[in-house]
This record gives sequence, C-alpha cells and structure tokens, in this order.
Amino acid sequence: MAENTPLLSVRELSKTYPGANGPVEAIGSISFDVHPGELVCIVGPSGCGKTTLLKCLAGLLPPTSGSVMLDGAEVSAPPKKMALVFQEYGRSLYPWLTVRDNVALPLKARGVPRAERLAAVERAVEEVGLAHALDTYPWQLSGGMQQRVAIARAVAYQPEVLVMDEPFAAVDAQTRADLEDLVRRVWKDLGVTVLFVTHDIDESVYLGGRVLVLSSSPTVVQEDLAIDLPAERDQLTTRALPRFTELRTHVYGQIQRAKRGEAVPAVR
Amino acid sequence: MTQQTDMVNGSRPGGGSPGTRAVPVGPGAGRPDAPAGAAPGAPADVTPRAPRPGGRSAGPAAGRRRTGRPGPARAGGSAALGALGVVGCVLTWEVVALAEVVNPAYLPRFTTTAARLVTELGTPRFWSALGDTVVTWALGLAIAVVAALVAGTVIGLVPFLRRATRSTVEFLRPIPSVAIIPLAVLIAGLSREAALVVVVYAPFWQVLIQVLYGVADVDTVAQDTARSFGLGWLRRLHHVVLPTALPYVITGFRLAASIALVLTITAELVIGNPGIGRQIDVYRSAPDAPGLYALVLVTGALGLLVNLGTRAVERRVLHWHPSVRKEGAA
Repeated sequence: MAENTPLLSVRELSKTYPGANGPVEAIGSISFDVHPGELVCIVGPSGCGKTTLLKCLAGLLPPTSGSVMLDGAEVSAPPKKMALVFQEYGRSLYPWLTVRDNVALPLKARGVPRAERLAAVERAVEEVGLAHALDTYPWQLSGGMQQRVAIARAVAYQPEVLVMDEPFAAVDAQTRADLEDLVRRVWKDLGVTVLFVTHDIDESVYLGGRVLVLSSSPTVVQEDLAIDLPAERDQLTTRALPRFTELRTHVYGQIQRAKRGEAVPAVR
Repeated sequence: MTQQTDMVNGSRPGGGSPGTRAVPVGPGAGRPDAPAGAAPGAPADVTPRAPRPGGRSAGPAAGRRRTGRPGPARAGGSAALGALGVVGCVLTWEVVALAEVVNPAYLPRFTTTAARLVTELGTPRFWSALGDTVVTWALGLAIAVVAALVAGTVIGLVPFLRRATRSTVEFLRPIPSVAIIPLAVLIAGLSREAALVVVVYAPFWQVLIQVLYGVADVDTVAQDTARSFGLGWLRRLHHVVLPTALPYVITGFRLAASIALVLTITAELVIGNPGIGRQIDVYRSAPDAPGLYALVLVTGALGLLVNLGTRAVERRVLHWHPSVRKEGAA
C-alpha cells in the first residue's frame, strides 16, 4: 500500500440520536484520515461524543450520515482488521474465563487452529508482561494488569488498526505511565496502526504522532496537530522538553476554546 | 430494564437500579452459616457478601478485596451451634410427648419415632417409595429447568416476545400448583404423569423469571466486546449471555429444587401416585403415628440434602462469581 493511501478514512461522519425533546446531534461532521503505521490520539472536552465516534468507527453503531472506510472497504459491521480496547476492563474481560481463555476467545471465533491459537495467545500475553498470569482469572489481577490482558487480547487478534477508548482512565497514575509506554512499545514492535481516544491532554501529546482535537458537541475536528517530538519517548525526559510543554499548552487552549464554543473548525 | 422491573417485583435477584449492573444476591444470599460437617476452609463457609454497588466496576481496587473468611474455629463453632439446635428440638419433642400434653396417639415420643424410622429403613417398601419420590422430583425438576431455560432464553433475547408474554407470565405464575391438581388428574388420571404436571408447574415459572432477568442483565460493554471481536450470535449466546445468566439460573434452580420436592410429596398425598407422600397417607389411615412421623422426618432430610446438593453445584459452577470467589489470589 502506498504511503499516502489512508488505512482508515472518515468522511463527514455525523450521528444524531432521537431525544425526548427532539433529535440530539452528538456528532456534527467529522472527517479525518489515518495512514498505516500512525499513532493518532483523539482528544476532546468531556461529552463531545468520543465514544459515539469510536462506536461508529468500530461498526458497532451505524452513523446517521457519512462513511467510515477501512482499507478501502466501507465499515458497516465490526471489521476483522480492527481490535478494540475498552475503558471498562472489568466489564470487557469475562470473569468466567481465565486470562488465557479471554485472550483466545476472539481467535476461536475466527477459526484459528488450536495450536496456532495457543501460541498466539502466549506471545501476546508475554508482550504485555503477563506470561505468569495465563491461568489466573482477570478478577485476581490488579486493574492495570487487567487492562494489560485486554491489550493482549487485542494484540493476539492481529488487527491492522488498534482502537483504544480511554483505556487508562480508571487506573492510577503510576500504572498509567507504564501502560502508556506499553502502548508505544506494542505500536513499534508490531507496526500496528493505533487510534487512541483520551480526555487526558498530556497523555495525547506524550503518546501521539498526531493529535486530533475535537470540538464540543455537535462535534467537528477542531484541529489536526502533528506532534513533532522525538520518536524515542520517555516519561521523564520527553515530558520535560520545552516543546512538550508548548504542545500541551496549545492543545489545552484549544480544548478550552472548544468548551466555550469559540472555535472555528480547522478541517471541514 | 424498566419493563423487567415492573414484570416481577420482589423476586428480582439483583438489587441494581437501572443503569447499574445487578449482581444477583441469589448465590450465597440468605444462607445460614456453614452447613454442619463442611470442611474447614472450603468455600462453604464463605459468609454471604453484600453485592457490590456498581457490579463489576472498573475501579482499580475492584478485583482485590481482602475477605473476612471465617476460619476453621468459627466453622466448628457454627457446627456445634447447629447440633445444639437439633438436640434442643429433639429434647423438647421428647419432653412434650412424655408429659402427654398431646394425645400420645397423635404425638408419639421422639425415641419411638426414631426406632420406627430405623425399622422403616429396613423395609424394601420404604426404599421403593423413596425411589419413586426421588424419580418424580428429579424428572419434574429437570423438565421444568430445561423448558424454562429454553423458553427464557428465547423470550429474553427477543424484545417482541418479552413484551408480548409479560402479562401472560404474570397471570400464570401466581396460580398455585395445587390448584391445578384436578386439571392434571383430568388429563392424566391418577398417575405419575398427573403428579409431574403439578411438580413442573411452579418451578418452571421460578426458573423462567430468573432466566429472563439473567438474559436481560448482559453487560453492554461485554456484548460490544464480543461483537467487536466478530463473535457470531451463537458464540455470544454461549460465551456471554449464558454465563451472565448462570448465577440467576442457579438461584432459580436452588429455589425450584425445594419447591419441586414440596410439590412431589403434595401430589403423592393428594393424587396417590406411589412415593413417600402416599405412604404418609397410608400410615395416617392405618393409623400408625410413629410411621407417619418417621416419614415426615425423611421428607425433611430429603429437603436438606437437596439444599446441600444445589449449594455444592452453585459453588462449583459459580467459582468465578463475586458471591463465591476467593479474591486477591495473584
């Protein structure tokens, strides 16, 4: 695939919910492209429809209008080339299955032969540093470890696009830093394209190669910002860079403007 | 959720308000302390826990809670207390009977009854009656559970059916099983089949309601996860819907097992199909009070066994459920 062909292409996506007092426009019109191998963060004020957008991207919710194209095909049902990591790991992992079986279930559904499946599961669980916990149940693990299991499940699925919905919102700050570095490592190791939704401005700047700033509802893309930080990132040094501070201040300003509803959309 | 709530008040297994995940209090709720003789440290002596408010919450501490599991000393203590209760009852019985507060023809002494029970246990007639009762009970329970599982899953998964059956279920459910005995006899005569109709009826509704709640309780994130990973409806049913419904089903099963036993004995008494119930009636007309009392004790023991058995099943099948599991192992 040529470098300039987008892997994921969102065109004038809008979503309107029927409400008691007339229809509610959650997403105004969102358009953006994600190229193969990118790590794109989506950040926006709370209640701006990040989760709605993500559900539309994942084929879990039909958009009211507009389209989502993945690798040239329109997304109308959950695509095989996409894997999701949800914020609520406690609800997304199945407590009746061990770590091994949780990670293996999607592969089973896909019809991957047993031996191959087991090997893929072990590789993925090792990638997230939980090889010792294969036969435990998710509820025996800490929150951070449970989210690692969810990441392993997504990784084992071997997606082209890994979509993460505020995955670290429910873990403590130190665990969060570890998990952020894990996402960077998985992204580099596997060459997968990552779409990372967050409400944390610092996180979006630290992780992303690009940050999409969303406006408040009805949502549009307010800014599409390239993050020109060095590719090698480190919790201490990267976050101490003057450029990091500039970028986060810029994004912060944009979000504040979005909240006040002043913004003029950057991309229409 | 709302239509579920007004469907049955009271028998709702989980206390969750709309929006929160209802954790069934069924498994483990309302159980007395560890059954006598349970191995110390076995899950049997896990004290019933309050369901956690947010259900499977996503909080970091959600999966790690120190549990105040009673040690062997406490399990032993409650076993001793249990034994004390039994001894107290037996003594009271014996004293009341000795004092002839009640005509001895109607209330034999405990010791007489116990001796009679031992003789009874030595007769083939007793064992064949017990066998008949157990077969009728098990058959009725099995039919009720399987039918309720199938019907509940189908109705629960199809919103149209759920709405369409709601009022019918609410009308049929409160009809006492005993009230349909004449109908059952009319259809099947004085037979085990007639008894089965009676034994199946009430437990069926009990389990059906639980299955409906269980199926409705499937978490949206769990469901979205399964869909996003391409699980078809059959796999979602197998790996997501049924495990979610399982705690409800098990609770329904435990309640249904006791109800089915009561109805089995009732049917034998009234319809006269072979079993312990009919034998009780035979001893009543004999009259043979010690024999009658001995068999009543047997029905009590049967009920106790049924309860212990279903709890053992519950602990095994729901080892992962918050009401049973041992957390913080890793």
